[in-house]
Amino acid sequence: MRIPILKLYDYLLISIQVELDDQTVLQFQEDVLNKIHQEGSRGVVIDLTSVEMVDSYIAKVLGDVVDMSKLMGAKVVLTGIQPSVAITLIDMGITLEDVATALDLEQGLEKLQRELEG
Amino acid sequence: MQVQTRVDIHSEWGIVAARQAGRKLAKEIGFGSVDQARITTAISELARNIYLYANQGEISIEEVASAGKRGMKVVASDRGPGIKDVRSVMEDGFTTSGGLGAGLPGVKRLMDDFDIDSEEEEGTTIISIKWLR
Repeated sequence: MRIPILKLYDYLLISIQVELDDQTVLQFQEDVLNKIHQEGSRGVVIDLTSVEMVDSYIAKVLGDVVDMSKLMGAKVVLTGIQPSVAITLIDMGITLEDVATALDLEQGLEKLQRELEG
Repeated sequence: MQVQTRVDIHSEWGIVAARQAGRKLAKEIGFGSVDQARITTAISELARNIYLYANQGEISIEEVASAGKRGMKVVASDRGPGIKDVRSVMEDGFTTSGGLGAGLPGVKRLMDDFDIDSEEEEGTTIISIKWLR
């Protein structure tokens, strides 16, 4: 299963709408990095509105995507994390520190614009 | 009497199957969305541990009742190498797989009851229960 990645000007937009299995999430990691490279993207919004569960493995891969993108020079914002997902992550002791987040896709894009265009 | 659902874990797909079965049952029992996420996440962690460390095993889930309370029991069992030092795997941040080390202590915090029984070379059984509030 491939997660579609949309290009919008200097940004990449991704909405995860499938149940994440290990293969899909690893493929996704690679796809995002390749797309950043190919398009020269400066910012990435990953929208998690439809994601009902994030376990420690998925959290690690998402955190890695943020760090890897940063190494390449692109900033990632995670958006739309559901209340139940936020509660579960904190219950497990996973805080995803240093990861930029926003309430929804719109605010995520605004955040990127503010930070990248000043 | 409630039926027990068993999911074999011998590939990554088993992890997805186990958490889907878990979410379905949690919903049927009447857990709210936050507890559904807690239970599903706990099952995912347990199933992944089986896959990573024992290669195969099973997750079984069932509705339980005790002293007027209803709940959901999740049992993860395998005949893998067992856990050498149960105390250290229950420490936050302890990992041998390069993960976040949130797995088993995370499961313990997500569920209400948690019991682990592991014998080296024999396997591991983890019994956990979430009670309906």
